[in-house]
Amino acid sequence: MTELATYNFAYLDEQTKRMIRRAILKAIAIPGYQVPFASREMPMPYGWGTGGVQVTAAIIGPNDTLKVIDQGADDTTNAVSIRAFFQKVSSVRVTTKTTEATIIQTRHRIPETALQTGQTLVYQVPIPEPLRFLEPRETETRKMHALEEYGLMHVKLYEDIARHGHIATTYAYPVKVEGRYVMDPSPTPKFDNPKMHRSPALQLFGAGREKRIYAIPPYTEVVSLDFEDHPFEIQTFSEPCALCGARGSYLDEVILDDKGGSMFVCSDTDFCEDRQSEGHQGHLSANPAQADTHAAGVEK
Amino acid sequence: MYVAVKGGETAIRNAHKLLADRRRGNRSVPAIGLEQIVEQLALAVDRVMAEGSLYDTELAALAVKQARGDMIEAIFLVRAYRTTLPRFGYTKPVETSQMAIERRISATFKDLPGGQLLGPTFDYTHRLLDPELAEDGVMESPDRRVEAHEHTPRVTDILGKDGMIEPDGEMPEGVETGDLTREPLPFPLERDLRLQALARGDEGFLLGLAYSTQRGFGRSHPFAGEIRIGEVEVELEVAELDFPPTLGRIRVTECQMINQFKGSSKQPPQFTRGYGLVFGQSERKSMSMALCDRALRARELGEDITAAAQDEEFVISHSDNVQSTGFVEHLKLPHYVDFQAELDLVRRMRSEHERVASNSSETKEAAE
Repeated sequence: MTELATYNFAYLDEQTKRMIRRAILKAIAIPGYQVPFASREMPMPYGWGTGGVQVTAAIIGPNDTLKVIDQGADDTTNAVSIRAFFQKVSSVRVTTKTTEATIIQTRHRIPETALQTGQTLVYQVPIPEPLRFLEPRETETRKMHALEEYGLMHVKLYEDIARHGHIATTYAYPVKVEGRYVMDPSPTPKFDNPKMHRSPALQLFGAGREKRIYAIPPYTEVVSLDFEDHPFEIQTFSEPCALCGARGSYLDEVILDDKGGSMFVCSDTDFCEDRQSEGHQGHLSANPAQADTHAAGVEK
Repeated sequence: MYVAVKGGETAIRNAHKLLADRRRGNRSVPAIGLEQIVEQLALAVDRVMAEGSLYDTELAALAVKQARGDMIEAIFLVRAYRTTLPRFGYTKPVETSQMAIERRISATFKDLPGGQLLGPTFDYTHRLLDPELAEDGVMESPDRRVEAHEHTPRVTDILGKDGMIEPDGEMPEGVETGDLTREPLPFPLERDLRLQALARGDEGFLLGLAYSTQRGFGRSHPFAGEIRIGEVEVELEVAELDFPPTLGRIRVTECQMINQFKGSSKQPPQFTRGYGLVFGQSERKSMSMALCDRALRARELGEDITAAAQDEEFVISHSDNVQSTGFVEHLKLPHYVDFQAELDLVRRMRSEHERVASNSSETKEAAE
């Protein structure tokens, strides 16, 4: 039988890491441009974060502290699984605290707590091409990016307005990076788009199946596409988080019974727990008598 | 009170323990050995090697066992292992005209040098379930041919002598053969990368597309010029040696489809080729591959691109079952956040819809 397989630090061999780092450097040099890279088969399925995992594996070092979230939460199964993977193959320190992490790998959310200089946010991206659902061919979309030909996207947004009175894109809302490339922010809710703008953190995007890496360097202009008379808006929630009373954070709806009862809680579990430990409470927390009456918002 | 769902870690651990238990099944039934899988489920092993792109019967058998017989899962296991292996170099093209042949048929000539050799085929078996196979009965030994192995030139080489069929494809000058496992696919592709992608493409997907060309969606009038199965030598070029040492032998299935071509401004009328080459014994896959290869040469031959099977980005971007299964199955992952955004939007649109509807009925009543 074959000898027991052993793996390099952070799973990938050093040659592959070098190849990925080169792609990352190119991506940083051309913000918002999708750099093709020789994505590898990873020991988790395509579509489950292989792009993000490869980016993280290529940049992680023994002194890093890693946080992994999925839907904003540290304890969703795929986040648990990816965190366990890096613990196994790189034995780095892991955390659930946004402020302690040097690398945060995420799927579908940007943490509520503002990121800092020196932190890297790694996004898992399913379909990196913002124009893909308007034009399915790679040969065509590549040309459109090269010619900065984004009329089709504006027409799509305009048609939304003509039909529904507003833009009907709620997540993966396209942005323009540094005035040049239209970019897919990955399927984060458009609520998170403003957090990408001039963020002090480095933002890296990995799409494993589609074999693309792109980046937003720190302090880069990231503007959500809109029209003068229909400016970009983010989602708002009519009630605060039921557990920590936060207003202005992104909330998940949790079904409580089969009679239409539901509650809204922060999708960012670390943010919510932090607030609860600071004494903030919502109307459904353990001791609702002290529920936060003063609407505590997110400090921006 | 609401308690957030915790314990993903324990749940995953328990799920994997249960999976291991189900994989083993009833403990009073002997466990299946890798040798048994290699010997008795050889075509399953072949498919895993072919689409896993790794020629190793033992590892493929292990993958089949670990995957509980789920072929795509087994292929995935092999791929994820293969990708970690270092590259020592690239072998010379295998010489299929020198194949130690076990099966060789041509549908275009009744007899030809080397002859027709049926070999171990399901063809012409009557598909009647055989209850005797439920027991480990005594097997008759097969008859073996006694005469020496006759030289068996490829049908395409015979046809090619007077230019009736186009020669083997040549890569444009100065082009080095690509490697789709080391570089991202650059569309539009040259034929080398396309054939690599087809060779590891999903058998079922390629079969369906090949079938569609026969039913008129990109018809190419194919004939099975030749199918041969057998072992070929694999040789590696080594810089310090003046001869390429043989690494070993692998079993492959090769299919050469012969297709009609009326000619164009560039080429005289002659038969064209579709090519299929697959690890192990898999005629269905190699034939499907050859039909798809020919269909995908539409651009090169100046034919109209009208059907799915001729559309390179469509075929190649969706033929890899490890990619397909991953992305389809990723829908199982949580999507609460994006779904919440959509819920909010649909609620808003519904309330607007109701407002508009009630407004218009009020106007109507007022008018009446």
